[in-house]
Amino acid sequence: MKNRYSIFSLARNALSHHENWDRAWRSPEPKSEYDVIIIGAGGHGLATAYYLAKEHGITNVAVVEKGWLGGGNTARNTTIVRSNYLYDESAHLFEKSLKLWEGLSRELNYNVMFSQRGVYNLAHTLQEERDAKRRINANRLNGIDSEWVDARQIKAEVPYIDTSSNARYPILGGSLQRRAGTARHDGVAWGYARAADAAGVDIIENCEVTNILRDGGTVTGVETTRGTIRARKVGIVVAGNSGVLAEMAGFRLPVESHPLQALVSEPVKPILDTVIMSNAVHGYVSQSDKGELVIGAGIDAFNGYGQRGSFNIIEETIAAIKEMFPIFSRMRMLRHWGGIVDTTPDATPIIGKTPVDNLFINCGWGTGGFKATPGSGWVFAHTLATGEPHWINAPFSLDRYTTGYLVDEHGAAGVAH
Amino acid sequence: MFQIDCPWCGPRDQQEFAYAGEAAIKRPENPASLSDAEWADYLFMRTNPRGRHHEQWRHVHGCGQFFDVVRDTVTYRIESVDVPGRPALGDAS
Ligand SMILES: Cc1cc2nc3c(=O)[nH]c(=O)nc-3n(C[C@H](O)[C@H](O)[C@H](O)COP(=O)(O)OP(=O)(O)OC[C@H]3O[C@@H](n4cnc5c(N)ncnc54)[C@H](O)[C@@H]3O)c2cc1C
Ligand SMILES: [Zn+2]
Repeated sequence: MKNRYSIFSLARNALSHHENWDRAWRSPEPKSEYDVIIIGAGGHGLATAYYLAKEHGITNVAVVEKGWLGGGNTARNTTIVRSNYLYDESAHLFEKSLKLWEGLSRELNYNVMFSQRGVYNLAHTLQEERDAKRRINANRLNGIDSEWVDARQIKAEVPYIDTSSNARYPILGGSLQRRAGTARHDGVAWGYARAADAAGVDIIENCEVTNILRDGGTVTGVETTRGTIRARKVGIVVAGNSGVLAEMAGFRLPVESHPLQALVSEPVKPILDTVIMSNAVHGYVSQSDKGELVIGAGIDAFNGYGQRGSFNIIEETIAAIKEMFPIFSRMRMLRHWGGIVDTTPDATPIIGKTPVDNLFINCGWGTGGFKATPGSGWVFAHTLATGEPHWINAPFSLDRYTTGYLVDEHGAAGVAH
Repeated sequence: MFQIDCPWCGPRDQQEFAYAGEAAIKRPENPASLSDAEWADYLFMRTNPRGRHHEQWRHVHGCGQFFDVVRDTVTYRIESVDVPGRPALGDAS
Protein backbone atom coordinates (compact mmCIF):
# COMPACT_ATOMS: atom_id res chain seq x y z
CA MET A 1 0.00 0.00 0.00
CA LYS A 2 1.25 3.42 -0.94
CA ASN A 3 0.80 5.08 2.43
CA ARG A 4 1.09 2.48 5.14
CA TYR A 5 -0.36 3.47 8.47
CA SER A 6 2.07 2.90 11.32
CA ILE A 7 3.44 4.46 14.45
CA PHE A 8 5.98 6.23 12.23
CA SER A 9 3.44 7.72 9.86
CA LEU A 10 1.46 8.82 12.90
CA ALA A 11 4.49 10.54 14.39
CA ARG A 12 5.45 12.10 11.06
CA ASN A 13 1.96 13.50 10.56
CA ALA A 14 1.79 14.74 14.12
CA LEU A 15 4.61 17.14 13.20
CA SER A 16 2.31 18.80 10.66
CA HIS A 17 -0.68 18.77 13.00
CA HIS A 18 -2.32 15.94 11.04
CA GLU A 19 -3.16 18.32 8.22
CA ASN A 20 -1.23 16.51 5.49
CA TRP A 21 -2.60 12.98 5.56
CA ASP A 22 -3.24 11.66 2.06
CA ARG A 23 -6.78 10.82 1.07
CA ALA A 24 -7.53 7.19 1.88
CA TRP A 25 -8.98 6.51 -1.57
CA ARG A 26 -9.28 8.26 -4.94
CA SER A 27 -12.45 9.67 -6.41
CA PRO A 28 -12.14 8.61 -10.06
CA GLU A 29 -14.37 9.33 -13.05
CA PRO A 30 -16.07 6.15 -14.28
CA LYS A 31 -14.37 4.47 -17.24
CA SER A 32 -16.55 3.31 -20.10
CA GLU A 33 -15.92 -0.35 -19.41
CA TYR A 34 -14.78 -2.71 -16.64
CA ASP A 35 -14.28 -6.43 -16.18
CA VAL A 36 -16.55 -6.38 -13.17
CA ILE A 37 -19.00 -3.82 -11.81
CA ILE A 38 -20.20 -4.15 -8.24
CA ILE A 39 -23.38 -2.23 -7.47
CA GLY A 40 -23.40 -0.94 -3.89
CA ALA A 41 -20.42 0.26 -1.85
CA GLY A 42 -21.52 -1.13 1.49
CA GLY A 43 -19.18 -3.35 3.44
CA HIS A 44 -20.16 -6.39 1.36
CA GLY A 45 -19.61 -4.71 -2.00
CA LEU A 46 -16.28 -3.21 -0.95
CA ALA A 47 -15.09 -6.50 0.54
CA THR A 48 -16.04 -8.22 -2.72
CA ALA A 49 -13.91 -5.76 -4.68
CA TYR A 50 -10.99 -6.20 -2.30
CA TYR A 51 -11.02 -10.02 -2.53
CA LEU A 52 -11.47 -9.90 -6.33
CA ALA A 53 -8.18 -8.05 -6.46
CA LYS A 54 -6.40 -9.93 -3.71
CA GLU A 55 -7.53 -13.53 -4.28
CA HIS A 56 -8.23 -13.51 -8.02
CA GLY A 57 -6.02 -10.78 -9.44
CA ILE A 58 -9.01 -9.00 -10.99
CA THR A 59 -8.47 -5.26 -10.58
CA ASN A 60 -10.31 -3.73 -13.53
CA VAL A 61 -13.29 -3.33 -11.21
CA ALA A 62 -15.70 -0.52 -10.36
CA VAL A 63 -17.84 -0.28 -7.24
CA VAL A 64 -20.71 2.10 -8.00
CA GLU A 65 -22.59 3.67 -5.11
CA LYS A 66 -25.65 5.90 -5.25
CA GLY A 67 -24.73 7.79 -2.06
CA TRP A 68 -21.47 7.72 -0.16
CA LEU A 69 -19.58 4.52 0.57
CA GLY A 70 -20.59 2.74 3.73
CA GLY A 71 -23.67 4.93 4.20
CA GLY A 72 -26.23 2.11 4.05
CA ASN A 73 -26.81 -0.62 6.61
CA THR A 74 -23.07 -0.89 7.08
CA ALA A 75 -23.14 2.43 8.92
CA ARG A 76 -26.43 1.77 10.69
CA ASN A 77 -26.01 -1.55 12.43
CA THR A 78 -25.19 -2.56 15.98
CA THR A 79 -21.99 -4.33 14.85
CA ILE A 80 -22.50 -7.69 16.53
CA VAL A 81 -20.17 -10.31 15.07
CA ARG A 82 -20.60 -14.01 15.90
CA SER A 83 -20.65 -17.36 14.12
CA ASN A 84 -22.68 -19.63 16.41
CA TYR A 85 -25.38 -20.46 13.88
CA LEU A 86 -27.29 -23.74 14.03
CA TYR A 87 -27.08 -25.29 10.58
CA ASP A 88 -23.88 -26.51 8.94
CA GLU A 89 -24.36 -24.29 5.89
CA SER A 90 -24.61 -21.10 7.93
CA ALA A 91 -21.96 -22.20 10.41
CA HIS A 92 -19.42 -22.62 7.59
CA LEU A 93 -20.25 -19.23 6.10
CA PHE A 94 -20.22 -17.24 9.34
CA GLU A 95 -17.18 -19.05 10.73
CA LYS A 96 -15.25 -18.32 7.53
CA SER A 97 -16.15 -14.72 8.15
CA LEU A 98 -15.16 -14.76 11.81
CA LYS A 99 -11.77 -16.22 10.90
CA LEU A 100 -11.25 -13.36 8.43
CA TRP A 101 -12.29 -10.81 11.09
CA GLU A 102 -9.60 -12.17 13.38
CA GLY A 103 -6.83 -11.04 11.03
CA LEU A 104 -8.58 -8.14 9.34
CA SER A 105 -7.02 -5.04 10.93
CA ARG A 106 -3.55 -6.35 10.17
CA GLU A 107 -4.45 -7.52 6.68
CA LEU A 108 -6.02 -4.19 5.70
CA ASN A 109 -3.50 -2.09 7.63
CA TYR A 110 -6.55 -0.39 9.06
CA ASN A 111 -7.93 -0.63 12.57
CA VAL A 112 -11.43 -2.09 12.27
CA MET A 113 -11.54 -2.24 16.08
CA PHE A 114 -12.61 -5.85 16.10
CA SER A 115 -13.17 -6.61 19.76
CA GLN A 116 -13.73 -10.23 20.81
CA ARG A 117 -15.63 -9.33 23.93
CA GLY A 118 -18.01 -12.29 23.71
CA VAL A 119 -21.71 -12.49 22.89
CA TYR A 120 -24.37 -13.96 25.20
CA ASN A 121 -27.65 -15.20 23.73
CA LEU A 122 -29.99 -15.45 26.70
CA ALA A 123 -32.59 -18.14 27.30
CA HIS A 124 -35.67 -17.19 29.30
CA THR A 125 -37.77 -20.32 28.85
CA LEU A 126 -37.12 -24.04 28.99
CA GLN A 127 -37.66 -24.32 25.26
CA GLU A 128 -35.13 -21.57 24.61
CA GLU A 129 -32.70 -23.38 26.89
CA ARG A 130 -33.14 -26.64 24.96
CA ASP A 131 -32.76 -24.81 21.62
CA ALA A 132 -29.63 -23.03 22.82
CA LYS A 133 -28.06 -26.26 24.02
CA ARG A 134 -28.83 -27.96 20.73
CA ARG A 135 -27.21 -25.04 18.93
CA ILE A 136 -24.17 -25.14 21.20
CA ASN A 137 -23.70 -28.84 20.42
CA ALA A 138 -24.13 -28.21 16.71
CA ASN A 139 -21.58 -25.38 16.89
CA ARG A 140 -19.03 -27.59 18.61
CA LEU A 141 -19.45 -30.31 16.03
CA ASN A 142 -18.54 -27.64 13.49
CA GLY A 143 -15.47 -26.61 15.47
CA ILE A 144 -17.04 -23.32 16.62
CA ASP A 145 -16.47 -22.24 20.22
CA SER A 146 -19.76 -22.16 22.05
CA GLU A 147 -20.66 -22.82 25.67
CA TRP A 148 -23.67 -22.91 27.99
CA VAL A 149 -23.55 -20.54 30.94
CA ASP A 150 -26.13 -20.72 33.72
CA ALA A 151 -27.73 -17.71 35.37
CA ARG A 152 -25.22 -17.70 38.25
CA GLN A 153 -22.27 -17.53 35.92
CA ILE A 154 -23.91 -14.83 33.80
CA LYS A 155 -24.44 -12.78 36.94
CA ALA A 156 -20.79 -13.26 37.88
CA GLU A 157 -19.58 -12.14 34.45
CA VAL A 158 -22.16 -9.38 33.86
CA PRO A 159 -22.83 -7.96 37.32
CA TYR A 160 -25.59 -5.48 36.49
CA ILE A 161 -27.90 -7.91 34.71
CA ASP A 162 -31.04 -8.94 36.54
CA THR A 163 -30.91 -12.72 36.91
CA SER A 164 -33.28 -12.86 39.87
CA SER A 165 -36.08 -15.39 39.72
CA ASN A 166 -38.71 -12.72 40.27
CA ALA A 167 -37.89 -10.98 37.00
CA ARG A 168 -40.88 -11.01 34.69
CA TYR A 169 -38.96 -13.17 32.20
CA PRO A 170 -36.34 -14.85 34.37
CA ILE A 171 -32.97 -15.56 32.76
CA LEU A 172 -32.27 -19.29 32.92
CA GLY A 173 -28.88 -19.10 31.25
CA GLY A 174 -27.58 -18.58 27.79
CA SER A 175 -25.14 -19.51 25.10
CA LEU A 176 -21.81 -17.72 25.04
CA GLN A 177 -19.38 -17.42 22.18
CA ARG A 178 -16.20 -15.90 23.54
CA ARG A 179 -14.63 -15.30 20.12
CA ALA A 180 -17.64 -13.21 19.11
CA GLY A 181 -17.86 -9.47 19.69
CA THR A 182 -18.16 -6.16 17.90
CA ALA A 183 -16.25 -4.08 15.34
CA ARG A 184 -16.21 -0.51 14.14
CA HIS A 185 -18.82 -0.40 11.35
CA ASP A 186 -17.36 2.56 9.41
CA GLY A 187 -13.84 1.27 9.91
CA VAL A 188 -14.71 -1.90 8.04
CA ALA A 189 -16.09 -0.02 5.04
CA TRP A 190 -13.19 2.45 5.03
CA GLY A 191 -10.56 -0.24 5.48
CA TYR A 192 -11.86 -2.31 2.59
CA ALA A 193 -12.34 0.80 0.43
CA ARG A 194 -8.78 1.93 1.02
CA ALA A 195 -7.29 -1.49 0.34
CA ALA A 196 -9.43 -2.07 -2.78
CA ASP A 197 -8.57 1.39 -4.09
CA ALA A 198 -4.87 0.75 -3.52
CA ALA A 199 -5.20 -2.41 -5.61
CA GLY A 200 -6.64 -0.38 -8.50
CA VAL A 201 -10.39 -0.68 -7.95
CA ASP A 202 -12.42 2.42 -8.88
CA ILE A 203 -14.92 3.37 -6.18
CA ILE A 204 -17.47 5.68 -7.77
CA GLU A 205 -19.73 7.46 -5.31
CA ASN A 206 -22.83 9.53 -6.09
CA CYS A 207 -23.52 7.21 -8.98
CA GLU A 208 -26.91 5.51 -8.88
CA VAL A 209 -27.61 2.53 -11.10
CA THR A 210 -30.88 3.20 -12.89
CA ASN A 211 -31.00 0.25 -15.27
CA ILE A 212 -29.27 -3.05 -15.89
CA LEU A 213 -28.33 -3.51 -19.53
CA ARG A 214 -28.76 -6.91 -21.13
CA ASP A 215 -28.28 -8.44 -24.53
CA GLY A 216 -30.48 -11.48 -24.86
CA GLY A 217 -30.11 -13.19 -21.53
CA THR A 218 -26.68 -11.78 -20.71
CA VAL A 219 -25.78 -8.67 -18.76
CA THR A 220 -23.68 -6.10 -20.63
CA GLY A 221 -23.43 -3.19 -18.20
CA VAL A 222 -25.37 -0.65 -16.23
CA GLU A 223 -27.06 2.66 -16.85
CA THR A 224 -26.16 5.15 -14.13
CA THR A 225 -26.74 8.79 -13.22
CA ARG A 226 -23.17 9.31 -14.44
CA GLY A 227 -23.62 7.59 -17.77
CA THR A 228 -23.50 4.10 -19.21
CA ILE A 229 -20.80 1.75 -17.94
CA ARG A 230 -20.22 -1.56 -19.70
CA ALA A 231 -18.99 -4.68 -17.96
CA ARG A 232 -18.44 -8.36 -18.57
CA LYS A 233 -19.84 -9.26 -15.18
CA VAL A 234 -22.05 -7.41 -12.70
CA GLY A 235 -22.68 -8.11 -9.00
CA ILE A 236 -25.67 -6.63 -7.15
CA VAL A 237 -24.91 -5.96 -3.45
CA VAL A 238 -27.52 -3.40 -2.43
CA ALA A 239 -29.18 -4.87 0.71
CA GLY A 240 -32.61 -3.23 1.15
CA ASN A 241 -32.76 -2.14 -2.47
CA SER A 242 -32.26 -5.63 -3.91
CA GLY A 243 -35.84 -5.89 -5.13
CA VAL A 244 -35.49 -2.63 -7.01
CA LEU A 245 -32.35 -3.82 -8.82
CA ALA A 246 -33.82 -7.27 -9.52
CA GLU A 247 -36.80 -5.62 -11.15
CA MET A 248 -34.47 -3.63 -13.40
CA ALA A 249 -32.94 -6.93 -14.49
CA GLY A 250 -36.30 -8.59 -14.99
CA PHE A 251 -36.37 -11.26 -12.27
CA ARG A 252 -38.14 -11.71 -8.95
CA LEU A 253 -36.72 -12.24 -5.47
CA PRO A 254 -38.15 -13.78 -2.28
CA VAL A 255 -37.02 -10.65 -0.45
CA GLU A 256 -38.97 -8.04 1.47
CA SER A 257 -37.54 -4.74 2.69
CA HIS A 258 -38.22 -3.60 6.24
CA PRO A 259 -37.04 -0.74 8.41
CA LEU A 260 -34.82 -1.86 11.30
CA GLN A 261 -33.71 0.64 13.88
CA ALA A 262 -31.09 1.12 16.53
CA LEU A 263 -30.38 3.75 19.13
CA VAL A 264 -27.55 4.91 21.35
CA SER A 265 -27.55 6.45 24.81
CA GLU A 266 -25.50 9.26 26.24
CA PRO A 267 -21.93 8.08 26.92
CA VAL A 268 -21.22 6.75 30.40
CA LYS A 269 -18.26 5.14 32.16
CA PRO A 270 -17.56 1.49 31.27
CA ILE A 271 -20.37 -0.69 32.58
CA LEU A 272 -20.88 -3.48 30.05
CA ASP A 273 -17.84 -5.22 28.57
CA THR A 274 -19.65 -7.79 26.45
CA VAL A 275 -22.71 -8.14 24.20
CA ILE A 276 -26.08 -9.28 25.55
CA MET A 277 -28.81 -10.49 23.21
CA SER A 278 -32.26 -11.71 24.11
CA ASN A 279 -34.83 -13.00 21.67
CA ALA A 280 -37.57 -13.51 24.25
CA VAL A 281 -37.78 -9.93 25.45
CA HIS A 282 -36.23 -8.79 22.17
CA GLY A 283 -33.39 -6.43 22.74
CA TYR A 284 -29.65 -6.47 22.38
CA VAL A 285 -27.11 -4.17 23.89
CA SER A 286 -23.39 -3.50 24.06
CA GLN A 287 -21.30 -0.49 25.03
CA SER A 288 -19.23 1.37 22.46
CA ASP A 289 -15.69 2.52 23.12
CA LYS A 290 -17.08 6.05 23.45
CA GLY A 291 -19.27 4.82 26.30
CA GLU A 292 -22.66 4.85 24.59
CA LEU A 293 -25.01 1.96 25.05
CA VAL A 294 -25.68 0.61 21.56
CA ILE A 295 -29.17 -0.85 21.45
CA GLY A 296 -30.72 -2.82 18.64
CA ALA A 297 -34.47 -2.79 18.14
CA GLY A 298 -36.85 -4.91 16.10
CA ILE A 299 -38.04 -4.49 12.54
CA ASP A 300 -41.25 -2.82 11.49
CA ALA A 301 -43.39 -5.72 10.31
CA PHE A 302 -44.62 -3.86 7.22
CA ASN A 303 -42.61 -3.36 4.02
CA GLY A 304 -40.82 -0.04 4.09
CA TYR A 305 -38.02 1.84 2.39
CA GLY A 306 -38.12 4.88 4.69
CA GLN A 307 -34.87 4.84 6.64
CA ARG A 308 -36.63 5.37 9.95
CA GLY A 309 -38.57 3.10 12.26
CA SER A 310 -41.79 3.35 14.24
CA PHE A 311 -41.77 4.81 17.71
CA ASN A 312 -43.65 1.91 19.28
CA ILE A 313 -40.76 -0.39 18.34
CA ILE A 314 -38.37 1.80 20.32
CA GLU A 315 -40.71 1.67 23.27
CA GLU A 316 -40.79 -2.13 23.21
CA THR A 317 -37.03 -2.31 22.87
CA ILE A 318 -36.35 0.02 25.75
CA ALA A 319 -38.77 -2.01 27.88
CA ALA A 320 -36.75 -5.13 27.03
CA ILE A 321 -33.44 -3.49 27.92
CA LYS A 322 -34.86 -2.22 31.21
CA GLU A 323 -36.17 -5.67 31.97
CA MET A 324 -32.64 -7.08 31.68
CA PHE A 325 -30.78 -4.08 33.10
CA PRO A 326 -32.94 -2.15 35.59
CA ILE A 327 -29.90 0.04 36.28
CA PHE A 328 -30.22 1.56 32.78
CA SER A 329 -33.71 2.88 33.47
CA ARG A 330 -32.64 6.50 33.69
CA MET A 331 -30.19 6.54 30.79
CA ARG A 332 -31.00 9.19 28.22
CA MET A 333 -31.08 8.16 24.57
CA LEU A 334 -29.20 10.44 22.22
CA ARG A 335 -29.88 9.27 18.69
CA HIS A 336 -31.94 6.71 16.83
CA TRP A 337 -31.99 5.80 13.17
CA GLY A 338 -33.14 3.14 10.77
CA GLY A 339 -31.75 1.04 7.97
CA ILE A 340 -33.57 -0.99 5.34
CA VAL A 341 -33.00 -4.69 5.76
CA ASP A 342 -33.66 -7.30 3.10
CA THR A 343 -35.35 -10.29 4.73
CA THR A 344 -35.87 -13.71 3.15
CA PRO A 345 -38.40 -16.42 4.06
CA ASP A 346 -35.69 -18.61 5.65
CA ALA A 347 -33.73 -15.73 7.26
CA THR A 348 -30.71 -16.74 5.19
CA PRO A 349 -28.86 -14.80 2.48
CA ILE A 350 -28.86 -15.35 -1.27
CA ILE A 351 -25.36 -15.37 -2.78
CA GLY A 352 -24.93 -16.56 -6.33
CA LYS A 353 -26.28 -16.60 -9.85
CA THR A 354 -29.40 -14.89 -11.17
CA PRO A 355 -31.56 -15.86 -14.16
CA VAL A 356 -29.47 -13.35 -16.19
CA ASP A 357 -26.08 -14.67 -17.36
CA ASN A 358 -23.01 -12.97 -15.83
CA LEU A 359 -25.26 -11.13 -13.38
CA PHE A 360 -24.80 -12.23 -9.78
CA ILE A 361 -26.51 -11.20 -6.57
CA ASN A 362 -25.55 -11.05 -2.91
CA CYS A 363 -28.52 -10.09 -0.73
CA GLY A 364 -31.03 -11.25 1.85
CA TRP A 365 -28.73 -10.63 4.83
CA GLY A 366 -31.64 -9.06 6.61
CA THR A 367 -30.95 -8.08 10.18
CA GLY A 368 -27.64 -9.90 10.50
CA GLY A 369 -25.17 -9.37 7.69
CA PHE A 370 -22.59 -7.09 9.26
CA LYS A 371 -20.84 -10.03 10.92
CA ALA A 372 -20.60 -11.68 7.52
CA THR A 373 -18.98 -8.76 5.71
CA PRO A 374 -15.53 -10.35 5.15
CA GLY A 375 -16.82 -13.87 4.41
CA SER A 376 -19.58 -12.61 2.15
CA GLY A 377 -17.10 -10.58 0.11
CA TRP A 378 -14.72 -13.51 -0.02
CA VAL A 379 -17.24 -16.05 -1.38
CA PHE A 380 -18.88 -13.52 -3.68
CA ALA A 381 -15.51 -12.58 -5.19
CA HIS A 382 -14.95 -16.27 -5.90
CA THR A 383 -18.40 -16.50 -7.50
CA LEU A 384 -17.80 -13.45 -9.71
CA ALA A 385 -14.28 -14.50 -10.68
CA THR A 386 -15.05 -18.11 -11.57
CA GLY A 387 -18.69 -17.80 -12.56
CA GLU A 388 -19.53 -20.53 -10.06
CA PRO A 389 -20.22 -20.42 -6.31
CA HIS A 390 -17.60 -21.50 -3.81
CA TRP A 391 -18.71 -24.64 -1.89
CA ILE A 392 -19.36 -22.38 1.11
CA ASN A 393 -21.98 -20.28 -0.69
CA ALA A 394 -23.33 -23.01 -3.00
CA PRO A 395 -26.22 -23.78 -0.58
CA PHE A 396 -27.24 -20.10 -0.65
CA SER A 397 -28.43 -20.05 -4.24
CA LEU A 398 -31.59 -18.32 -5.39
CA ASP A 399 -32.50 -21.72 -6.73
CA ARG A 400 -33.11 -23.11 -3.26
CA TYR A 401 -36.60 -21.62 -3.20
CA THR A 402 -37.43 -23.82 -6.17
CA THR A 403 -35.65 -26.98 -5.00
CA GLY A 404 -36.92 -26.57 -1.43
CA TYR A 405 -33.41 -26.73 0.04
CA LEU A 406 -34.03 -23.89 2.50
CA VAL A 407 -31.53 -23.05 5.23
CA ASP A 408 -34.06 -22.14 7.88
CA GLU A 409 -32.16 -20.16 10.48
CA HIS A 410 -35.24 -18.58 12.07
CA GLY A 411 -34.99 -20.84 15.09
CA ALA A 412 -31.33 -20.16 15.60
CA ALA A 413 -31.26 -16.48 14.89
CA GLY A 414 -34.77 -15.28 15.67
CA VAL A 415 -35.08 -11.69 14.69
CA ALA A 416 -32.12 -10.46 16.67
CA HIS A 417 -28.86 -11.09 14.91
CA MET B 1 -45.88 5.87 12.83
CA PHE B 2 -48.98 6.37 10.72
CA GLN B 3 -52.70 5.86 10.95
CA ILE B 4 -54.83 3.40 9.03
CA ASP B 5 -58.46 4.07 8.26
CA CYS B 6 -60.11 0.74 9.11
CA PRO B 7 -63.14 0.23 6.83
CA TRP B 8 -65.14 -0.82 9.89
CA CYS B 9 -63.74 1.22 12.79
CA GLY B 10 -62.30 4.37 11.22
CA PRO B 11 -58.80 5.84 11.63
CA ARG B 12 -56.61 4.19 14.28
CA ASP B 13 -52.88 4.05 15.03
CA GLN B 14 -50.94 1.58 12.91
CA GLN B 15 -49.95 -0.17 16.15
CA GLU B 16 -53.49 -1.58 16.44
CA PHE B 17 -53.04 -3.44 13.16
CA ALA B 18 -51.03 -6.44 12.06
CA TYR B 19 -49.39 -6.39 8.67
CA ALA B 20 -50.49 -9.35 6.57
CA GLY B 21 -48.21 -9.16 3.54
CA GLU B 22 -48.63 -8.46 -0.14
CA ALA B 23 -52.24 -8.47 -1.33
CA ALA B 24 -53.86 -10.23 -4.26
CA ILE B 25 -51.67 -13.34 -4.13
CA LYS B 26 -54.07 -16.07 -5.16
CA ARG B 27 -53.51 -19.69 -4.23
CA PRO B 28 -53.22 -21.54 -7.54
CA GLU B 29 -56.38 -23.47 -8.38
CA ASN B 30 -54.51 -26.61 -9.26
CA PRO B 31 -51.12 -26.76 -7.50
CA ALA B 32 -50.31 -30.22 -8.86
CA SER B 33 -50.21 -28.86 -12.40
CA LEU B 34 -47.59 -26.20 -11.59
CA SER B 35 -43.87 -26.48 -12.25
CA ASP B 36 -41.55 -26.15 -9.24
CA ALA B 37 -40.63 -22.66 -10.40
CA GLU B 38 -44.27 -21.57 -10.60
CA TRP B 39 -44.96 -22.99 -7.16
CA ALA B 40 -41.87 -21.22 -5.75
CA ASP B 41 -43.08 -18.00 -7.32
CA TYR B 42 -46.44 -18.33 -5.58
CA LEU B 43 -44.92 -19.32 -2.22
CA PHE B 44 -41.90 -17.07 -1.95
CA MET B 45 -41.47 -14.39 -4.61
CA ARG B 46 -42.75 -10.92 -3.76
CA THR B 47 -42.93 -7.63 -5.66
CA ASN B 48 -41.47 -5.60 -2.75
CA PRO B 49 -41.71 -2.29 -4.64
CA ARG B 50 -40.06 0.94 -3.61
CA GLY B 51 -43.20 3.04 -3.92
CA ARG B 52 -46.80 2.01 -4.45
CA HIS B 53 -47.57 -1.28 -2.67
CA HIS B 54 -50.78 -3.26 -2.63
CA GLU B 55 -50.91 -4.98 0.78
CA GLN B 56 -53.13 -6.53 3.45
CA TRP B 57 -53.64 -5.47 7.04
CA ARG B 58 -55.70 -6.90 9.87
CA HIS B 59 -57.22 -4.86 12.67
CA VAL B 60 -56.07 -7.27 15.39
CA HIS B 61 -56.70 -4.92 18.31
CA GLY B 62 -60.07 -3.84 16.95
CA CYS B 63 -62.63 -5.55 14.78
CA GLY B 64 -60.29 -8.37 13.70
CA GLN B 65 -61.10 -7.91 10.01
CA PHE B 66 -58.69 -8.24 7.09
CA PHE B 67 -58.67 -5.58 4.39
CA ASP B 68 -56.51 -4.21 1.58
CA VAL B 69 -54.44 -1.05 1.55
CA VAL B 70 -52.50 0.73 -1.17
CA ARG B 71 -49.57 2.45 0.54
CA ASP B 72 -46.38 4.14 -0.57
CA THR B 73 -43.44 2.24 0.98
CA VAL B 74 -41.21 5.33 1.01
CA THR B 75 -43.52 8.05 2.31
CA TYR B 76 -45.87 5.56 4.06
CA ARG B 77 -48.78 7.64 2.75
CA ILE B 78 -51.91 5.54 2.32
CA GLU B 79 -53.64 5.98 -1.01
CA SER B 80 -56.69 3.78 -0.45
CA VAL B 81 -58.24 1.25 1.87
CA ASP B 82 -60.67 -1.34 0.69
CA VAL B 83 -62.27 -4.66 1.47
CA PRO B 84 -61.00 -7.66 -0.52
CA GLY B 85 -63.42 -9.03 -3.01
CA ARG B 86 -64.59 -5.60 -4.03
CA PRO B 87 -62.78 -4.97 -7.33
CA ALA B 88 -62.41 -1.20 -6.92
CA LEU B 89 -58.71 -1.20 -6.01
CA GLY B 90 -56.55 0.64 -8.54
CA ASP B 91 -54.59 -1.69 -10.76
CA ALA B 92 -55.14 -4.80 -8.62
CA SER B 93 -56.63 -7.74 -10.43
C1 LIG C 1 -30.36 -1.12 12.86
C2 LIG C 1 -29.59 -2.27 12.30
C3 LIG C 1 -28.88 -3.11 13.16
C4 LIG C 1 -28.16 -4.19 12.66
N1 LIG C 1 -27.41 -4.92 13.53
C5 LIG C 1 -26.59 -5.91 13.06
C6 LIG C 1 -25.70 -6.59 13.94
O1 LIG C 1 -25.62 -6.30 15.14
N2 LIG C 1 -24.92 -7.57 13.42
C7 LIG C 1 -24.97 -7.92 12.10
O2 LIG C 1 -24.28 -8.85 11.72
N3 LIG C 1 -25.78 -7.25 11.24
C8 LIG C 1 -26.59 -6.25 11.68
N4 LIG C 1 -27.41 -5.57 10.80
C9 LIG C 1 -27.46 -5.97 9.38
C10 LIG C 1 -26.28 -5.40 8.61
O3 LIG C 1 -26.19 -4.01 8.81
C11 LIG C 1 -26.45 -5.66 7.10
O4 LIG C 1 -26.82 -7.00 6.84
C12 LIG C 1 -25.14 -5.39 6.36
O5 LIG C 1 -24.51 -4.23 6.83
C13 LIG C 1 -25.42 -5.28 4.88
O6 LIG C 1 -24.26 -4.79 4.24
P1 LIG C 1 -24.30 -4.45 2.71
O7 LIG C 1 -22.95 -3.99 2.34
O8 LIG C 1 -24.88 -5.61 1.98
O9 LIG C 1 -25.41 -3.30 2.61
P2 LIG C 1 -25.34 -1.70 2.72
O10 LIG C 1 -24.32 -1.25 3.67
O11 LIG C 1 -26.74 -1.23 2.92
O12 LIG C 1 -24.82 -1.30 1.28
C14 LIG C 1 -25.64 -1.31 0.13
C15 LIG C 1 -25.29 -0.10 -0.68
O13 LIG C 1 -25.95 -0.16 -1.93
C16 LIG C 1 -26.24 1.16 -2.32
N5 LIG C 1 -27.27 1.17 -3.37
C17 LIG C 1 -28.59 0.86 -3.26
N6 LIG C 1 -29.21 1.03 -4.45
C18 LIG C 1 -28.27 1.43 -5.34
C19 LIG C 1 -28.29 1.76 -6.73
N7 LIG C 1 -29.43 1.72 -7.45
N8 LIG C 1 -27.13 2.14 -7.32
C20 LIG C 1 -25.97 2.21 -6.61
N9 LIG C 1 -25.89 1.90 -5.29
C21 LIG C 1 -27.03 1.51 -4.66
C22 LIG C 1 -26.70 1.81 -1.02
O14 LIG C 1 -26.63 3.22 -1.08
C23 LIG C 1 -25.75 1.20 -0.01
O15 LIG C 1 -24.62 2.01 0.27
C24 LIG C 1 -28.16 -4.47 11.26
C25 LIG C 1 -28.87 -3.64 10.40
C26 LIG C 1 -29.57 -2.54 10.90
C27 LIG C 1 -30.30 -1.65 9.94
ZN1 LIG D 1 -61.42 -2.33 12.59
